[in-house]
Amino acid sequence: MCINDRFIGGTELKQSIYTVESNKLIASNVYEIVLSGDVSSIVSPGQFVNIKLDGLFLRRPISVADYSADSLTLLIKVIGEGTEALAAMKEGEKLDLLTGLGNGFDLGKGSKSPLLIGGGIGCAPLFMLCKQLCDGGTKPTVVLGFNDKSEIFYEEQFKSLTPNVIITTVDGSGGVKGFATDVIANIDYDYFYTCGPEPMMRAVSKAVVTDGQYSFEERMGCGFGACMGCSCKTKTGSKRICKEGPILESGDIIW
Amino acid sequence: MVNTKVNLCGIEIDNPVIPASGTFGFGYEFAEIYDINILGTFSFKGTTKQERFGNPTPRIAECTAGMINSIGLQNPGIDAVIKEELPKLKSCFHKPVMANVSGFSLEEYAYVCAALDKEPQIGWIEVNISCPNVTKGGMDFGTSEEAAASVTKAVKKATTKPVIIKLSPNVTNIASIASACEAAGADGISLINTLLGMRIDLRTKKPVIANKMGGFSGRAIFPVALRMVYQVKKAVKIPIVGMGGISSARDVIEMMLAGACAVQIGAENLINPFACKEIIESLPDEMNKWGIKDISEIVGGAH
Repeated sequence: MCINDRFIGGTELKQSIYTVESNKLIASNVYEIVLSGDVSSIVSPGQFVNIKLDGLFLRRPISVADYSADSLTLLIKVIGEGTEALAAMKEGEKLDLLTGLGNGFDLGKGSKSPLLIGGGIGCAPLFMLCKQLCDGGTKPTVVLGFNDKSEIFYEEQFKSLTPNVIITTVDGSGGVKGFATDVIANIDYDYFYTCGPEPMMRAVSKAVVTDGQYSFEERMGCGFGACMGCSCKTKTGSKRICKEGPILESGDIIW
Repeated sequence: MVNTKVNLCGIEIDNPVIPASGTFGFGYEFAEIYDINILGTFSFKGTTKQERFGNPTPRIAECTAGMINSIGLQNPGIDAVIKEELPKLKSCFHKPVMANVSGFSLEEYAYVCAALDKEPQIGWIEVNISCPNVTKGGMDFGTSEEAAASVTKAVKKATTKPVIIKLSPNVTNIASIASACEAAGADGISLINTLLGMRIDLRTKKPVIANKMGGFSGRAIFPVALRMVYQVKKAVKIPIVGMGGISSARDVIEMMLAGACAVQIGAENLINPFACKEIIESLPDEMNKWGIKDISEIVGGAH
């Protein structure tokens, strides 16, 4: 082992084989995949796994939505070849994962009333975050934004954790009509966490009045800091989304 | 017991397996997961005179049995490499390391090589005249015999370390460029860098890579790399480091039969971080399988 001062958060990178326990369609094009296996390297919400899939060269980075002693849950939206292959996985099939990737959300901000803002499939990593914040004694307010009713997922799961869950849809077919950012002004919060498409997070950055954390995504080569494929510029120098990210603090981001 | 040791430009290495530049950083990410001292050596991230952020993202695209990258030589610059990266590298890697350098002018190449010449842990300098991802310099130096020879001469003047010139496959006749480098004083040749490639996203109907094109690497390019190593072996007497799509001990042997005295592993490290470790560990069994006692004896055996 050698000291690496660029290593922020995260844990030991592990490669192992996981078994698909279940794979369910839970909303339009959105699947919930539960895997069993070694989750010892997953230590904080907002971390991701990198998945090897038959017929594809590069692994696919997917954020962890939930994890327990011996299983983890991935929520995926079918967008391209990788997510198509994941959606087709059947119970009992095996997957090769790298775990322990990314820094994860920093929960140690002393927030008494955190706000969680999710957009589409970006709501996924906020679930474990919400769970851990609730376990820590705070009841966050959660805003989950979707395009329409068919895309809404995990509404009940979030509501089982905290009473303050607001659903928005762009077309008004479910919850409050509008964008997730439209409802923020009426909420009392002292810190925020957000994950969603970049245009949404950009809108969040204009709507919020406190510091917070953003979860970013980028096309990755390796997922563990070797290839510099996912670098971005920040106020404190260049960072790798896979290693120093995917969570960046609001004061660090150059929009 | 088989012998996996090879001599690369006067330095003996324990085995011919070398992680390729740009896929192994300065070693730390891998030192966290296995003891990287099992490697023959490794070629560190391409270093330039000035710090570079590199190209806009997306920098990565999926391909059948391979990938495209367009990093654009992101690196902290030679001063930071010497001051910060090399001391850290020394703490986790205790063998001579291969420095990989790039430049945008002959002066820059010479400047970086001269600075590295004073660093005791640098065993070889691999000079990249084949980066497809920068607009000036880079590959321009690797696509004509004259330019390749002029870089070779400039860096040979700047350092006493063995100089290995890394060639581009995006040329009409790679053997003649290798010969020009040899005549200009190169101690070794490494090849191939990535093949210029492209993907288009059907949703946006635009190139996936922000820089439009990038370097294609991975298993798919192995036969092309093998063919070029074979051609260069016919043209030069200096040692060849073969790379391009190697993913197994079997590929290592095949590449050495074509003429490589050592090999580099690139894209495979990104999809399997334990790739080099697994290849090194399986090499003795693979040698036994094919009746090979001493790996250095098979170099160029296919000719």
